[in-house]
Amino acid sequence: MSPADTARNGSTPSYATEERPPVLEIRDLSIVYRGDVDVKAVDHIDLALAPGETVGLAGESGSGKSTLALGACRLLRPPAVITGGSVMYRGTRFAPDGVEILDQTSRELRKLRWREISIVFQSAMNALNPVLRIRDQLGDVLDAHLHLKGDEKRERLGMLLDLVGIPRERLRSYPHELSGGMRQRVMIAMALAVDPEVVIMDEPTTALDVVVQREILAQIVELQKRLHFAVLFITHDLSLLLEIADRIAIMYAGRLLEVGTAEQIHNRPAHPYTRGLLASFPSVHGARKALAGIPGSPPDLRSLPPGCPFVPRCRYAAEPCKSIDMRVLPVPGSVAGHFSACPFVTPETADRPALTPTAAASAGASPAEEPV
Amino acid sequence: MAVAVSAPPQTAAIVPRRGQFLRTMPTKAKVGGGILAIFVLVAIIGPAIAPYDPSATNPNALGAVGPTAAHLLGTTTTGQDVLSQLLVGMRSSVVLGVLTATIATTLSVATGVTAGFLGGVADEGLSLLMNVFVVLPALPLLIVLLGYLPNSGDLPTAIVLSALGWSWGARVIRAQTLTLRSRDFIAAARETGERTWRLVVFEILPNEVSLIAANFVGTFLYAILTSVALAFIGVANFSTWNLGTMLFWAQSANAFSIGAWWWYVPPGVAAALLGTGLVLLNFGLDELGNPRLRNSTGRRKRRRGGWRPTGSATTAHRAGPKWSGRAWRPTDPTPVERVEPLA
Repeated sequence: MSPADTARNGSTPSYATEERPPVLEIRDLSIVYRGDVDVKAVDHIDLALAPGETVGLAGESGSGKSTLALGACRLLRPPAVITGGSVMYRGTRFAPDGVEILDQTSRELRKLRWREISIVFQSAMNALNPVLRIRDQLGDVLDAHLHLKGDEKRERLGMLLDLVGIPRERLRSYPHELSGGMRQRVMIAMALAVDPEVVIMDEPTTALDVVVQREILAQIVELQKRLHFAVLFITHDLSLLLEIADRIAIMYAGRLLEVGTAEQIHNRPAHPYTRGLLASFPSVHGARKALAGIPGSPPDLRSLPPGCPFVPRCRYAAEPCKSIDMRVLPVPGSVAGHFSACPFVTPETADRPALTPTAAASAGASPAEEPV
Repeated sequence: MAVAVSAPPQTAAIVPRRGQFLRTMPTKAKVGGGILAIFVLVAIIGPAIAPYDPSATNPNALGAVGPTAAHLLGTTTTGQDVLSQLLVGMRSSVVLGVLTATIATTLSVATGVTAGFLGGVADEGLSLLMNVFVVLPALPLLIVLLGYLPNSGDLPTAIVLSALGWSWGARVIRAQTLTLRSRDFIAAARETGERTWRLVVFEILPNEVSLIAANFVGTFLYAILTSVALAFIGVANFSTWNLGTMLFWAQSANAFSIGAWWWYVPPGVAAALLGTGLVLLNFGLDELGNPRLRNSTGRRKRRRGGWRPTGSATTAHRAGPKWSGRAWRPTDPTPVERVEPLA
């Protein structure tokens, strides 16, 4: 395995130097799950994906990461409904000037699917058909989008397995005959089969052990260098994103809290939630430090209070937090591309050594009390 | 938007309570169940409310007479009351159906689950047996067997019908058991130390409830239609009344050519209605064994012009995913409903 992952960290983010406009541009997207009470799973989110860039989407379970990524591709089924916003796709082959995904019909979207935007699903065992050989499943993709036949198709199938480091004999295997890592590689090969410009990876390595996880991530990074596709990488593992992502977006309760390059997120985290996440896992390289979790649990999306949803768990919470606009703003003092939804806490804000009870309880405290 | 965002969470309404199942059944199943209930009721109280003895002939009868106040469904050529025949005969037909369905379904489940769960030699042997019964030519065999049994009542007929009708269901249930056997939740249950019979009864069978119920309903229908057909061609005990013997007598007395529609239409319609009821009920049985289907199809609201979840926030989740005036398909993209203009 090439140590491609180490080369990522610290290199200039491709986003800043990129000439071309974003290949996928999500603007002001809102998605709700209809029910007795609407659940705002994605609330006014902006996120752009530059060509060839890896953007990591991190957050706790239920923070809306998958809803955002799948909803932007119109892959969610009702009761999910997109209630507003825009998703522009600009592919060099497909639509250099951009198409509005939210205005596309089912038929139009079919041209876009897989050929332009493909997905690696989390559960490879469930995403692969257990009664079809790998050859047939990969072949179906080639059939459907490239209309390849005979030798040409056979050669492409072999090439795809070479790409992800699986011996060609495995084309004749059934999914249950492969290990978990191999299945995930097959899923990646399938996602790359027709050379898409955007690959959405929905926790592709979550079910794998760390060694296989590392191999697969290195493979993704290497393939990305060769094939120049953009990746939207969904995971709850922020440490993993710091290794492989160019930029990282932090989601919480359906809202974007912070966006920045991996370096910015790691070295100059602006939002208290990001700081909490960073403090909750050990660093392999740095000095040993005490791990601090984030107290409390995510809020109920059906009855979110106005203002910042992180207030009840935030150690910096103050009264104005309950009425702020949750749009992300440029972080003062950071280079371009670093945005945070918290207007009060900046990277320079002193990190208080321990959580004081007043700050923790300030969410429900009376206005007379003066926190922070 | 009319949706109250700040309303308190109403978990109770989202998770249906026990007992809501009957009310949330699809309309088709309700109609089917209603029809079946009427027939079962007639089978139970029919002989008691029959106005006449169905076999009593009127020596002064001047041939078949159409519906009158005295004979609501008219009489046969010998002056027998058709309504009484129908009311009395329904019991025999329904009893035959229930008996056959019970015996055949029990056989199907026992052999199918055993073969599927045990596998190996047991599976080979039982599968062979099923396959032999599947290929037996049922109708000729039925004619021979029932013709051989003297004065065959409902039970012998039911046994013969079951013996020839259990194998299809057994094959289906065996196949389903095979797929369930290797699922993780069975392995998990085995790991927690459950005994084999508990695995079969509490882990596998509940997953097959809808299959078994559908099998029961299907066999019920098969028994009634087959017995009617057999009686019609003359293989039955003609000292009893049921839908089949009624049709046989009507046919042998040329009811059709003399225009006595009140004689052959009621048993025919009754058999057809009973069949319809059973088929409709079958639609609802899928939900019985698949909790996932309940929320999406239950209490379906008929709406024109597509799915409008904003219309009624309280019932949207039960209305089922609908879009553009038809049911949502897996290939359909996520609906877009802009509630605020794009900035």
